[in-house]
Amino acid sequence: MKIGIPKEIHAGEKRVATTPEVAVQLQKLGFSVAIEAGAGAAANFSDSAYAEAGVEIVNDTRKLWADSDIILKVRGPQMHDALGVDEQELLHSGQVLISFLWPAQNQGMLDSLAARGVTAIAMDSIPRISRAQKLDALSSMANIAGYRAVVEAAQHFGRFFTGQITAAGKVPPAKVLVIGAGVAGLAAIGAAKSMGAIVRAFDTRPEVKEQVESMDGEFLLLDFEEEGSGTGGYAKVMSKEFIAAEMALFAEQAKDVDIIITTALIPGKPAPELITAEMVESMKPGSVIVDLAAEQGGNCKLTEPGQVVVKHGVTLIGYTDLPSRLAAQSSQLYGTNLRHLLTDMCPEKNGELVVDFDDEVVRGATVVRNGEITWPPPAPKLSAAPPKPKPVAAPEPKEEEKPGMLGPLLTFGIGALALLGLGWVAPPSFMAHFTVFVLACFVGYMVIWNVTPALHTPLMSVTNAISSIIIIGALLQISADETWIMWLAGITILITSINVFGGFAVTRRMLEMFRK
Amino acid sequence: MPIGIVTVAYIGATILFILALSGLSNPETARNGNLYAIVGMTIALLATIFGPAVTANYGVLIGAVAIGGAIGLVLARRVQMTQMPELVAILHSLVGMAAVFVGFASFADPNAHFVGVEKTIHDIEIYIGILIGAVTFSGSVIAFGKLSGKITGNAMILPARHWLNLGLLLITIWLGMQFVQQAPAGNGMVPLLIMTGIALLFGVHMVMAIGGADMPVVISMLNSYSGWAASATGFMLSNDLLIVTGALVGSSGAILSYIMCRAMNRKFLSVIAGGFGTTSSSGSGGEVDQGEVIAIDTTETAELLKNAKEVMIIPGYGMAVAQAQHTVHEITKKLRDKGINVRFGIHPVAGRMPGHMNVLLAEAKVPYDIVFEMDEINEDFPDVDVSIVIGANDIVNPSALTDPDSPIAGMPVLECWKGDTTIVLKRSMATGYAGVQNPLFFLDNTRMLFGDAKETLDKVLAEL
Repeated sequence: MKIGIPKEIHAGEKRVATTPEVAVQLQKLGFSVAIEAGAGAAANFSDSAYAEAGVEIVNDTRKLWADSDIILKVRGPQMHDALGVDEQELLHSGQVLISFLWPAQNQGMLDSLAARGVTAIAMDSIPRISRAQKLDALSSMANIAGYRAVVEAAQHFGRFFTGQITAAGKVPPAKVLVIGAGVAGLAAIGAAKSMGAIVRAFDTRPEVKEQVESMDGEFLLLDFEEEGSGTGGYAKVMSKEFIAAEMALFAEQAKDVDIIITTALIPGKPAPELITAEMVESMKPGSVIVDLAAEQGGNCKLTEPGQVVVKHGVTLIGYTDLPSRLAAQSSQLYGTNLRHLLTDMCPEKNGELVVDFDDEVVRGATVVRNGEITWPPPAPKLSAAPPKPKPVAAPEPKEEEKPGMLGPLLTFGIGALALLGLGWVAPPSFMAHFTVFVLACFVGYMVIWNVTPALHTPLMSVTNAISSIIIIGALLQISADETWIMWLAGITILITSINVFGGFAVTRRMLEMFRK
Repeated sequence: MPIGIVTVAYIGATILFILALSGLSNPETARNGNLYAIVGMTIALLATIFGPAVTANYGVLIGAVAIGGAIGLVLARRVQMTQMPELVAILHSLVGMAAVFVGFASFADPNAHFVGVEKTIHDIEIYIGILIGAVTFSGSVIAFGKLSGKITGNAMILPARHWLNLGLLLITIWLGMQFVQQAPAGNGMVPLLIMTGIALLFGVHMVMAIGGADMPVVISMLNSYSGWAASATGFMLSNDLLIVTGALVGSSGAILSYIMCRAMNRKFLSVIAGGFGTTSSSGSGGEVDQGEVIAIDTTETAELLKNAKEVMIIPGYGMAVAQAQHTVHEITKKLRDKGINVRFGIHPVAGRMPGHMNVLLAEAKVPYDIVFEMDEINEDFPDVDVSIVIGANDIVNPSALTDPDSPIAGMPVLECWKGDTTIVLKRSMATGYAGVQNPLFFLDNTRMLFGDAKETLDKVLAEL
C-alpha cells in the first residue's frame, strides 16, 4: 500500500508526519512512501533527504491525496486555502487517515469522515496501556512541550536558572513551580532541574510523588487526605475543600517562586483555573508563567492562548504550539510513534494494513472504520496505573499485632511447662547435660546473629566441620571388645575424618579469598 | 591422661569453637576464627585419644583418620567454588551417617549398664540420635543429588504427602515405644532397624518435595540437623563437648534457615512442606499480557556502562551456572579504573546456599568491601545509572511488592527498577523458580541481553 504525507497547512505548524529515517523503516514494512514537496522543510528535513531515503516527492497536492492508500498527518483535516477545498474532501472511500483528530471535540468531522467512507485512526485516542506506550504520541508531544516550556520560560526570564557565586557577586538559583506532574510536568521538572533551578512540583495524585522525587524535584504535600487518581493514569476533579487547600498552597508559593509552569488537565473538561489574577499580582516582577493548558482555557486566568503577554510585570506564555516549536524533534518522535502503529497493524510486513478490532490498541484508536463511526471505544481492560487494593492494606497491621503479643507468652508458657515436666521425670545426671545443652543453644543463638551474611557459606562449612565432633563418639567406641563395634567405629572415624579435614580445609580456602 | 584433664581439654575446645563462630562476624577475623576451630578440634581429638576411654585398636584408629583425612583434603582442594553447595550437602550426610553408626554401636555396647529411668532415657537418646542422623543422611544425599543435577531440581509431590508424613511420624513414635519396652530385655534391634529405614525414607521424601529455589533453606536446615544429631549423640554418650558443639551448630543452622525463609517471606513450615515451585504456576503472573521486552546488544551495553557513574551488579544462580564470576570481576576492574563506582547487591537467597554469591565473587577476587547485602544497598537504587542483573529473576521481581496475589508477594527484593536503566542477562524468557512472570523485563527502563552470561559478558568486556 502507498503511504502519502501531505504538507501540514495549519498556520505555524512546522511538524511533519514522517522523517527520512522513519520512511526507510516504513519501506521495510513493505509500504511505498510519497511526500508532498516541501512538507518537511519547516522541520529541517529537505526534499532531497527524503528522496535519498527512497521517498517519492510529489508536487501536486491533489495527486498525492488521490494516489495514497494511507494518509499520515499531524493535525486533523481542515480547510486548504491554496486549493480552496477542505482536506476532508480530498479523501476518498477506502482510504485510511492517521493523525491527531480529537474525536470528542470534533463530532461533526467524524460524521463527514464517515460519510466519505474512510477509516480514521486518531493518534490521540491510543489507549494508555503499557503495550501501547511506544505509540503514545500524546506522551511524546507532552514530553517535548514540557521541555520547551522551560526553554521558553528561560528566554523570558531575566536571570540565570542556576545559582552561582561569581566575582561580580552571588546569583541565587531560580525557583520553579511545576503544577501537574504528568509527562509534560515531569519533562519540565527534568529540564529545569538540569539547568540548575530549584524545582518544586504539585499534583493531586499522590502516587506521582515518587516520580517527581526521582527527577530530583521537591514534591509539595497538601495537608489533606484525598486521592486524586482517576482512571487511565489521569487526574480527576477534586472536592471543594481540597481545591481550597490547594489554592492556599499556590497563593503562598506564587509569592516565593520565579517561574510557574502549569500542566493541569482533566480529560474531557476545561482546564482547572489554578492561578488567579491576585496570585499573578503577588508574584515578583519579571516572573514568568508558562501555561501548557492554554488551549483548553488555561490554568491561569490571565493567559491568552497562543500569545505572550505581560501583566502586572509577569510574563504569561500561552503558546499552544510548543511541540511545533521543536519541530525536528517532535517530527521524529511522532513519526516513530506512527511507525510503531503501522508495524503493529502490518503483522505480515507485506505492506498491507490490517484494522484488527481484536487488538485493543487499534480498536481504541480507530474512530471511523469504512464509513462507520466506532467512537467512543469500549472501556479499556487495563489502566496504566492499576487501582490499589486499598481496603485490604489498612486493617492488616492491626490484626497482626494481637497474636504478636500473645505468641511469645504462649511459647514461653508451653516451654516452661515442658521443662517442668522434664524436670519431674528426668534424673539429675540428665538434667546436668540438659542445662549445658540449653545454654549452648543460647550461646549459639547470640553468636550466630553477629555473623555477616557475606560469610554464610564459610559459616556452614565450618559448622559442618565442627559438627563432626561426633567423631569423639566413635573414638570412645573404638576400643570395644566386640570386633563389629570396633569396625563400625572405625568406619565412623573414617567418614568423620573426611568431614573434619575437608571442612576445615575448604573453609580456610574460602576465607583466604575474601580480601579488600 | 586422667579424666579431669580430658574435661578441661573439652572446656577449652568448647571455648575455641565459640570463638571460631564469633570470628565469622568479619572477613578479617574469620581466618583466625577458622584457626581457633582447628585448634579446638585438635585438642578435643588428642584429649579423647590419649584419654582413658581409648585403650586398644590404635592401628584401626590411625588408619581411619589418615585415610579419611586424605580424602577430605583432596576434596577440599579439588572442589570448584560453584560446587560448594554440593560439597556441604555431602559432608552433612557424613555427619548423619556417623550419628547413625555411633547410635547403633552405643546400643550394642555391652559395657553400658544403666538401670530404671536412666536406662529409658538412654534408650530414648539412642532412638532420637539415630532418627535425626538417618534423616540428615538421606536428606543430604538427595540434596546433593539435586544440587549437582543428578536428580531433577523440580519438587516431587506425592499425593497426600502430608498424611504420608504424619503416618510415618506416628509409626516412628509407636516403634519408639516398642523399642523402649523391649530394650531392657536386650531386644529392640528390630524396631530400631525399621525406624532407621523409615527415617531414611522420610529424609528422601522431605527433600524430594522441595523445589530448587528453596535449596538455601534445605541446606541450612540439614546443617542444623547435623548439629542436633551430634547433640543427641552427646546425650547418648553423656559427653558435654558433643552436646555443646552440636547445639552451636544446630542453632547456627536454625538461624540460617530462619534468615533464608525471611528473605523469601515464607514460613519455615511451608518450605518443609514443600512443593513451592510447582503449585503456584497457576497464579496471576503468566497469563496477563505484559507487553514487549526491549532487547539490547553487547555494544550498547558497553556504551551504557562506560557512560554510567554508578553501576550495580546483581548476580544470581545464573552467574554461578555460567561460571561468569571472573569475567564479572574483569568488567568491574575496567569500570572502576575509569572512575565508575561499581558495587554488588546480593540478595540473601541468591544462589543455592546462604552466602553462595559472596564466595563466588571472593573467588574471582572481587574486593569484599564493594559487595553489599540487600538491606545495605536497596535504598541507593534511585542513584544508580545502570544495574546489571546476571542470571537472577525472582529476587528482582517488582510484583513481590506490588501484586498482593503474586506467589512471592511480600518477599523483599532488590529494587533495581528504581535506577535509570536495568540490563537483564538471561538465556531466555523463561520464568524463575517461583514460576512467576517478572514485570521487570517489560519496564521501559529495562533492556534484555539474551545469551549465555559468560559469553555475553566476555563480549561486553571486549567492547570496553
